[in-house]
Amino acid sequence: MSSLHFPTKVVETDILVVGGGMAGCGAVFEAKYWCRNKCKVTLVEKANTEKSGAVGMGLSACNLGVFTEDPDDPKPEDFVQYVRNDLLGMAREDLIYDIARHMTSTIKLFDEWGLPIWRDPKTGKYLRTGRWQHPIHGESYKAVIGEPCRKSADEVYERVFVTHPLLDENAPNRIAGVVGFHVRDGTFYVFKAKAVVVAAGGTSLLYRPRSVGEGMGRAWYPTWASGSAYAIPLLAGAETVNMEFRLVVVRFKDAYGPVGFPYLLLKMRSTDVKGKQWEPLPDEAKAELAKIFYDFAWARPTPTPIRTWVTIQNLKEGRGPDLMQTQERLPDEESLKVLFEDYLDMTPTQAFYWASQNIHPQKTPSELLPTEPYVQASHASPGGMWASGPTDIAPSEYRWGPNRMLTVEGLFGAGDVVGASGHKFSSGSFTEGRIAGKAAARYVLTQAKDYRPTISNDTVERYKEIVYRPLEWYHKNKPLTTTPEMPPAYTNWFEIHPNYLNWYQLLVRLQKTMDEYAAGWGMFYTTNMYLLNRGWELLKMLEEDFRFAAAASLHELLRVWEVYHRLLVGQAVVFSMMNRKESRGYYLNADYPYIDEDNWHVFTHVRRDPKTGQWSFRTSPVIHIIPP
Amino acid sequence: MPTFVYSSQCKGCGKCVDICPADNMQFNPKVRRAYNADPVSCAECMNCVKYCPEHAVDVRPYSDFAPLGARVGVVRDTKKNIIYWRIVFRDGTVYDFASPIRTTPWGSARGALDIPERSDLDSELLALEDKPEYLGFKELPKPKQPVRIVGSIIKAKSAAGR
Repeated sequence: MSSLHFPTKVVETDILVVGGGMAGCGAVFEAKYWCRNKCKVTLVEKANTEKSGAVGMGLSACNLGVFTEDPDDPKPEDFVQYVRNDLLGMAREDLIYDIARHMTSTIKLFDEWGLPIWRDPKTGKYLRTGRWQHPIHGESYKAVIGEPCRKSADEVYERVFVTHPLLDENAPNRIAGVVGFHVRDGTFYVFKAKAVVVAAGGTSLLYRPRSVGEGMGRAWYPTWASGSAYAIPLLAGAETVNMEFRLVVVRFKDAYGPVGFPYLLLKMRSTDVKGKQWEPLPDEAKAELAKIFYDFAWARPTPTPIRTWVTIQNLKEGRGPDLMQTQERLPDEESLKVLFEDYLDMTPTQAFYWASQNIHPQKTPSELLPTEPYVQASHASPGGMWASGPTDIAPSEYRWGPNRMLTVEGLFGAGDVVGASGHKFSSGSFTEGRIAGKAAARYVLTQAKDYRPTISNDTVERYKEIVYRPLEWYHKNKPLTTTPEMPPAYTNWFEIHPNYLNWYQLLVRLQKTMDEYAAGWGMFYTTNMYLLNRGWELLKMLEEDFRFAAAASLHELLRVWEVYHRLLVGQAVVFSMMNRKESRGYYLNADYPYIDEDNWHVFTHVRRDPKTGQWSFRTSPVIHIIPP
Repeated sequence: MPTFVYSSQCKGCGKCVDICPADNMQFNPKVRRAYNADPVSCAECMNCVKYCPEHAVDVRPYSDFAPLGARVGVVRDTKKNIIYWRIVFRDGTVYDFASPIRTTPWGSARGALDIPERSDLDSELLALEDKPEYLGFKELPKPKQPVRIVGSIIKAKSAAGR
């Protein structure tokens, strides 16, 4: 099988949106709204837009809801103060404010499109659980949002996985398009565009998961979140922000069902195994935590990294695991129904877990555990790509181009891509997609009106060879050993071959390295400079071993490139950790165990030079625009 | 393996292959039926189970932490827009649940071009935000008392004596 057997298809467009999840759908909708018939909007998605992205398996809340003039509703300022505390100060307040002020139109659109948002029966207003979120019946959340997205796009290419960005060959640091392949028919795709909006997913399975064997798929963030959100911009030479702060959340053990509904809607509490309460966090515990986390320990609500820290300490000191005291707050059938339906709509495994272990939540508490780390920008962590802010409110240092443009000309980001602006979740990611979509439309209709991408045929052919090399390598080397062929698309997890590694073998090496050297759960989220430097070397060798990656099928080829994207994310994480000389939540660098507000209240940025592959690091000041 | 296909019921229509977000469900041309080719990448999202018109796809929860014996039934009715679940515990306890999935008919959502055109490409306002009921405010909010604090908020607070 040679790469020459696959046809090449060239698609020319004005705005290319990579990834049809929540952010991508927002970008397509808004870009098309402003483009009308003046510019073309194309969506490329690796799965089926109806059920793709992090919301593909459903979700039980719009975790970011409406902000309005109504005195009962929160204001964007309130939200910035909350997020700033939750990210322990590492916040781009312009970006966070920008999302909040556009939330109402997003939620109204969702409502109008048919998303079942719960309402307060008395006032008729959207119900709230906690301060920011609206509960929903969200089994079909993504399908409801995917429908208008597909209607809005001029063209939709599904089951096409984007592997590499293409830089312009005349203009420096200028995106010109992307390449990828169709995971079913193998067609090689070349997309040329004036603007590329990357709205791909964050990163699961980067660290060794707690589950083993087939349970590897039960990550909290879905398995298909392969880190393309960062890998595609990194390959183009874009800068990251704060990639050292991976997300570690406390979830129900093994099944990883979220804890938002139990805490916020059902008002449950959690204790250690001796019965001492840790959530809500008592004041004497906060006083103790303030020795490490300073004033952040007193923030209301307690920042996520601190709550995670508490659960980790309880485990370490033998008081764990923490237990969600579900039985205290499930007095009747109705409340039990609310709990089960919450999980069936978004994390069905949580219900299967209880059913298979005979855990009746109305009678027995459930174990909680901190997850393996994930890298994603839409939840309670600031890691992601560095993006330009809104012209009317961003400090001048944060404005180098159109809103949400990364540090590469013409390359935009939204959702899990854009860092230092967590807590956007699904609905905020859609909103950020809309913000980026309008900015991209304005860009291609004005500033970049006369731009024409320059990509030579040589470049296209070179990438085609690179992309299909794992398939060729497999078929060239396979006959060397006696190992039988597998059924179509099936991976032989344990094939031993002297000349190649399959995606699974590459992935578990990456996971083991990240876990043991870069503060995974196996090391109790602790690392030091020795471990990080050694981890960096091991990742380099893993990168070299990608020359020997093999794929027996197009499915395996997809997996190889997903693992490659994860590797790039891992490198960005380790390189960022090596350079931040303090510990600010989610992990401990034992050589610099405390928060250092004097020197390290700064953003960290890493960049991979697209020509040489060399990594560089810099910091930039955190500029707060909302009063304390 | 999280989800699997019963050979007696699968007609090879490919709906599970088409919907799987992880590209796990694959068509086996030899037997003309679908199967889960990549169980370790399966998130038990249940889309293949929900979308199978023959109810040929089922789930056997992750073997590394789920004891055998629990059973799950799901019907996603896109006419009535309700999803029905039956959960059977290992000890035999049965629960039935039903939730709405959508409040409008499938295919009815307005796309971008169905919303009246505007000319303020230069403004920060997004689609529909020219109407206060969509914006939530009379005009687009900006920070009321913008400040410029570089670095530590904690230090800025204590310097201000708060």
